[in-house]
Amino acid sequence: MTSKNKWLSAPYILWSALFIIVPLAMIFYYGLTDKTGAFTLENITAIMTAEHAKALWLSLLLSLISTLICFLLAYPLAMILAGMKISQHSFMIFIFILPMWMNFLLRTLAWQTLLEKSGVINSVLAFFHLPGINIINTPYAIVLGMVYNFLPFMVLPLYNVLSKIDENVINAARDLGAGSAYTFFRITLPLSIPGIISGVTMVFVPALTTFVISTLLGGSKILLIGNVIEQEFTQASNWHLGSGLSIVLMIFIILNMIVSALFDKESDGGGMEIL
Amino acid sequence: MSKELIYLSNISKSFDGQLVLDELNLKIHENEFVTLLGPSGCGKTTTLRILGGFTSPDTGRVYFDGQDITHIPPNKRQLNTVFQKYALFTHMTIAENIAFGLKVKKKSQSYIKDKIRYALKLVNLEGYENRMPDSLSGGQQQRIAIARAIVNEPKILLLDEPLGALDLKLRQEMQYELIRMKNELGITFVYVTHDQEEALTMSDTIVVMNQGYIQQIGSPESIYNEPENAFVADFIGDSNIIPATMIEDKLVRILDTCFACVDEGFGHNKPVDVVIRPEDVELTEPSEGLLQGVVTHLIFKGVHYEMEVMANGFEWLVHSTTLFPVGRQVGIRVDPFNIQIMNKPESEDEEATVIDI
Amino acid sequence: MKNTAKKIYIALIFIFLYAPIVTLMVLSFNASKTRAKWGGFTLQWYSALFQNRDIMEALGNTLFIAVISSLAATVIGAIACISMNGMKRRTRSVLLGIANIPMLNAEIVTGISLMLLFISLGMRFGLGTILLSHITFNIPYVILSIMPRMKQLNPSIYEAALDLGASPGTAFFKVVFPDLLPGILSGFLMAFTMSLDDFIITHFTKGAGVDTLSTKIYTEVKKGIKPEMYALSTIIFVTVLLLLVLVNAASGTKNEKAKEKES
Repeated sequence: MTSKNKWLSAPYILWSALFIIVPLAMIFYYGLTDKTGAFTLENITAIMTAEHAKALWLSLLLSLISTLICFLLAYPLAMILAGMKISQHSFMIFIFILPMWMNFLLRTLAWQTLLEKSGVINSVLAFFHLPGINIINTPYAIVLGMVYNFLPFMVLPLYNVLSKIDENVINAARDLGAGSAYTFFRITLPLSIPGIISGVTMVFVPALTTFVISTLLGGSKILLIGNVIEQEFTQASNWHLGSGLSIVLMIFIILNMIVSALFDKESDGGGMEIL
Repeated sequence: MSKELIYLSNISKSFDGQLVLDELNLKIHENEFVTLLGPSGCGKTTTLRILGGFTSPDTGRVYFDGQDITHIPPNKRQLNTVFQKYALFTHMTIAENIAFGLKVKKKSQSYIKDKIRYALKLVNLEGYENRMPDSLSGGQQQRIAIARAIVNEPKILLLDEPLGALDLKLRQEMQYELIRMKNELGITFVYVTHDQEEALTMSDTIVVMNQGYIQQIGSPESIYNEPENAFVADFIGDSNIIPATMIEDKLVRILDTCFACVDEGFGHNKPVDVVIRPEDVELTEPSEGLLQGVVTHLIFKGVHYEMEVMANGFEWLVHSTTLFPVGRQVGIRVDPFNIQIMNKPESEDEEATVIDI
Repeated sequence: MKNTAKKIYIALIFIFLYAPIVTLMVLSFNASKTRAKWGGFTLQWYSALFQNRDIMEALGNTLFIAVISSLAATVIGAIACISMNGMKRRTRSVLLGIANIPMLNAEIVTGISLMLLFISLGMRFGLGTILLSHITFNIPYVILSIMPRMKQLNPSIYEAALDLGASPGTAFFKVVFPDLLPGILSGFLMAFTMSLDDFIITHFTKGAGVDTLSTKIYTEVKKGIKPEMYALSTIIFVTVLLLLVLVNAASGTKNEKAKEKES
C-alpha cells in the first residue's frame, strides 16, 4: 500500500507518545528530583537502605526460584504437548489459557483455602499418613503463587518453539547415532532457546515486580520490592521515592533483556570452538 | 549379482486404520542404486522410514546383512539418511553439522577434521566450514546434508526425495553429482522419488510402488520398455494404453486390426492391454498403414513433434520428427518389437489406480 | 508405559492449575460464610449476587471497560499495523519497539507512570482514566496478533484487485481486510481477556469509589471475600467455558466437513 497511508499511523503514534513515552519520562523526572524539584540521586540510592535492599533481594530470590521451577515444570510439558497429534493441540492450549478467565486474585486466594492447616491439601496428606505442610504466609507460599500464576506464560512460548522443530531434525540426530539424551542436549534444547528466553522473561518480570501475590499469600509481614513501591504511592505518598525505586526495578528488567539478547546471539553464532 | 544387504520381509504398516504397506517384500544388494518410485501416498517414504528405524512395521521383519534389525533404534543402525528438506541443524555451523555423527562416536579431533575436509571436497563445497546452514542456497544445503551423512561411512545411504525442493536445472546437475558420489564411495543408495525421470537417470534398479504394493522391480530399461501393467506403463513416460485381444502367440488384435507382435504365452482370444510408446508409433501415407486416421492436434516440442491421431475411435499419442499437419490423413504402423502386451489388472484396486493418475 | 507417564504428568499439572478453580466453585455453594468450613450446600449466594448493588456495579464497570478498551485498542492497533506496513524497516521497528514497552515493562511501573501522568494533567480519576490505561496496554496485544498476518499477506492480491478494476478502498475491504480478520479477531479477544483480568494497572488509575471486580476483590481481601463473588466468578468461568466449547465444536465439524470434501 502507498505512502499516503502513512498519516493513518498518526493516532497510534500520538497515543504511544502521550501514554507510553511521557509517563515513563515522568517516572524519571520524579525519580531524579526531590520534593523541591531539585536534581537528586537519593531516591535511587535509597535502594541501599536495609529495608529496601532486603525487599529487593527477596524479590530477586523468589522470582528466580519461581522462574526456575516454572521452567522445569513447563519444559517436559511443552515437549509432551508438542509431540501430540494435531487434533489435540488447540484443546491442550485451550486448557492452559482457560484458568485466566477466573479472576486472578480469586484464584490466588483459593490457595489459602487449599493450604490452610485443616485445608484440602493437608487433609489429603493426612489421609495418606504423610506429614502436613504449613506454608501459608511464608515465602514458600509466595513462590507457589508465582509458579501457579505464571506457569502458562512459560508453557506457551516453549510449546510454540518446540512444536516448530522439524521432526526430521530430531530424526537426523538419531540417524547420525545420537542417543536420546545427547539429542536432547545438543539439538532440542539449543533449538528451543528463543522459547526459553521469552518464557523466562514472561515469568521473571511479573514475578520480580508483583505486590499482589505477596499480599495475598505472604501475609503482611513479607515485603517484596513491589510492595514497597506500591506503598510509597498509595500510603506514604512519596512519589519521588516510589519513582526512584521503580527506576531500579526497570534496570533489572533491562538487564534481563540484555542477558536474553546475549544468549540468543550465542546460540546463533556458535563458531568452531566446540570442535 | 553382488551380496544381499537388506531384506524386507512381509512388511505391513497402517496409519489410522489405513493400510500404507501391504506385505511388502524387497531385497537390496550391495553397491546397488535402488530407487523407490511412485505417486505420493504409495508407501515409498514409509518404506524408507522403516529402513531408517523411524517407523516400526506392524508386521514383518527387516534384515540387514542377515541380522534382524526390526527393533533396533535408528542410532544403532549402520545406515544414514538424507532427509527431505535436508533437516540440517540450524544452530550449528556446517563443520559442526558434519562432525555431529563423528563426535557421537567419539572420534579423535584430527580424524574429524580430516573427514570434514574430505566430505566438503566430495560435495564441492570446500571452505564452507564456518558458514551457518541458513546462509547457504538450497542446493548447497542439500550437499551438506549428504556430507553429514556420508562421513559416518554408512553401508547404505537413504535419500528421501532429496532433490524435491530444487529447481529443474540444479536437480539435473545434482543427479549426475549423486551418481558420481555413489561410484566414488562404493556404497548402496536407496533413493525415494516421485519423479520418473530422476529414477530412470540414476538407478540400477527401480521399484515402482502404488497403494502399498510393489508394481514392478527392474532395471530402468526393462521398466520403461516392458512395463508389467497399465499403472507402470502410464506412470513411466507417455504411452498409449489400449485394450486389445491376444488372438494367439505373436498376434494381437488392437482396435479391430491385427498386429504382429513378439509376445507368447498369453493364450487364445484373451483380453489384454497393450502399451505402445508414442515414439514407436510410425506415421505413413494412409495406404501404407495398418490403421488409417486423421491428425487432430500438433505441438512442436523442440526435439520432436507431438501429434494426436484419431484412428478407429482411439486417440493415439505420437512423437515424430516428421511433421504431419492437422487434418492430414495418415496411416499407422507399429514394429512388432514395440508392442508390449500386459495382462489385464485382476483386482478392481489396480484398475482404480490407473484412473487416479 | 511411556505414554502413561506422560498422561500422569499432564494430569498432575492439570490438577495444579484447576484445583483453585474447583475450590472457588465449591465455595460458591458453601452455606457457611467462612472459607474454612463446609456448611452444607446452598444456592443462596447466587440469588444474593443479583441483589448486591456493589458487585453488580463492579461487574458493569469491568465489562464496560473491557468492551470499550478492547474495541478502541483493536481499531487503533489495526490501523497502525496497516499504515506501518508501508513504512521503512527502521521506522517500523522503532514504532513496534515502543508498542511493546507496556508488555515488557512491569505492570506496576506502567500503572504508576500512568497515574503520574493523569495527576499532572489534572484529570479526574474514574472510569475515564481506567479506560485510557486499558487501551494503552491492550494495543500491543492487538498489534502482536495482527502483524504476523500482515507479513504473510501476499502484496499481489491487493494489486490484483486494483488490476481487476477495484478502487483502493474496495480492494482493501474486499480483499485485504478478510485476510487480516482472523488476526484482528484474536487480537480483540486477547485484549478483552487482558482487560478483564487486569488488577495492577486499574489499581493505580482508578478513582475512589469506582471499582472493577478485581479492585473490589482486593479491597475485600482483608475483610473477607463475600461469597457472592465466588458465585459470580463461577458464572463467568462456566459461561466462557461453554462458549469456547461451542466455538470449538463448531469449527471442529467445519474442519471435518472440509476434510470430507477433499477426499
